[in-house]
Amino acid sequence: MLDWRWDFTWEILPRLIVATGNTLLAAGLGYAIAVVLGLVLAIAQRTPSQALTFVVREVVEFIRSTPLVLQIFFVFYVGPQFGLRLSPWTAGMIAIGLHYAAYLSEVFRGGLDSVPKGQWEAATSLNLSTARTYFRVIIPQALPPSLAGMGNYLVGIFKDTPMLSVIGVAELMHTANAIGSETYRFLEPITLVGVIFLAISLPAAAGIRVFERWVRRKLGLSP
Amino acid sequence: MTNKNPAGFPLTLQGDSAPMVRFAKVTKRYGQLVVLDALDLDVAEGEMVTIIGPSGSGKTTVLRMLMTLETINDGVIYVDGQPLTHMPDGGGLVPANGRHLRKMRSKIGMCFQHFNLFPHMTALENCMEGPVHVLGLTKKEARERSEDLLEMVGMADKRNQHPSRLSGGQQQRVAIARALAMRPKVMLFDEVTSALDPEVIGEVTNVIRKLVAEHNLTMLMVTHQMGFARDISDRICFFYGGRIEEQGTPAELFGNPRKERTQQFLRAVKEAV
Repeated sequence: MLDWRWDFTWEILPRLIVATGNTLLAAGLGYAIAVVLGLVLAIAQRTPSQALTFVVREVVEFIRSTPLVLQIFFVFYVGPQFGLRLSPWTAGMIAIGLHYAAYLSEVFRGGLDSVPKGQWEAATSLNLSTARTYFRVIIPQALPPSLAGMGNYLVGIFKDTPMLSVIGVAELMHTANAIGSETYRFLEPITLVGVIFLAISLPAAAGIRVFERWVRRKLGLSP
Repeated sequence: MTNKNPAGFPLTLQGDSAPMVRFAKVTKRYGQLVVLDALDLDVAEGEMVTIIGPSGSGKTTVLRMLMTLETINDGVIYVDGQPLTHMPDGGGLVPANGRHLRKMRSKIGMCFQHFNLFPHMTALENCMEGPVHVLGLTKKEARERSEDLLEMVGMADKRNQHPSRLSGGQQQRVAIARALAMRPKVMLFDEVTSALDPEVIGEVTNVIRKLVAEHNLTMLMVTHQMGFARDISDRICFFYGGRIEEQGTPAELFGNPRKERTQQFLRAVKEAV
């Protein structure tokens, strides 16, 4: 029968809270990599070079069509055979960052496509450089329609960080598992992990919606 | 792609009689469709030329090619004595590279049918963007220049509004100020009143009237406002099937059109009003 022990729960909670910090760090770092790289992948598909567009498209499709956990394994365990010896953290950030960059690039691609052609033409008529046009004219307008998708993947990357436990990143899942192995009690640590994830994901999703409205107002896109 | 190595075209246009804009045998094709067929058109400095014609006659394409929004397939376009679509290289002309295009584009400004203001910037920010980041003006200089121009188009009191808060006529006036802030030598107006409600067309045409009266800008305009075109143009070009079917002063073209297609078109326009 269910044998929940509160004293044990309180005892392991501090360790799990510390591990929550690592989970948030992993999600944050991974997401930062994914956003920057995703934008690069999206813009790389808009250059006049068809060869570049083709290569980037194939890379994105490849990453999206293989499991994240496989990619994490690959970077960490196969990397050394190519002389790429990485710490679990570095390998994990590369793998998860790259994985979500592929997904985010699709979100950004849709966002960039949604900016009317007339905006590019106006930028050309004012002789703005390509970089200036992207950063000052196009991306600010591509952002609001991308925010919903970006928010989904932010919650997604957060929920996928437990996969980093397979290569020994000391995030929540890894810590809960370690507690279980040490004490032979899995009920409390694993349940707590679920509660912690829920306690962060739900407000985050709501926060993203508020942020989305705020950005639209801030950019003057909605009166 | 721009035609390579056009032969028989001068590297530059020199002399006092050189036009501000010259289309020399310019052809534009979309696949099989010939939009412009060996167009020859000169616009003198300070001249106001209006292009009229049925839709699909290539009139908007003329402006878009001049703004470098479209490449050309044959011929050469010159602006201010220099080739625009091409640049001199090894004694001949080769397609212009990005640097040459940027240099030449600074001479040209354009206003669009749908205004194309940057929606996330205020009216003032729209006007200041180019002067600060392309011309290298200080913020203070750009602000003064932009505020003067917004004043001129009657939009000074709305300078801190975003485009979503402005009417079509107001947005178009800001767009005119934004283009003028770059101090172009040639201004292009592409159906700037076509997307406007009838009651606000006047506020935009009045700004253009003022420009014609007070500035020595070279202007090319595509419009369906025949009365307006007649009032302010030095010359009217009637386009048909990618060619200039007939051209002349407004009095000649509207008062005494010689070609049958011109007569037909003007009759149809009159009936529509």
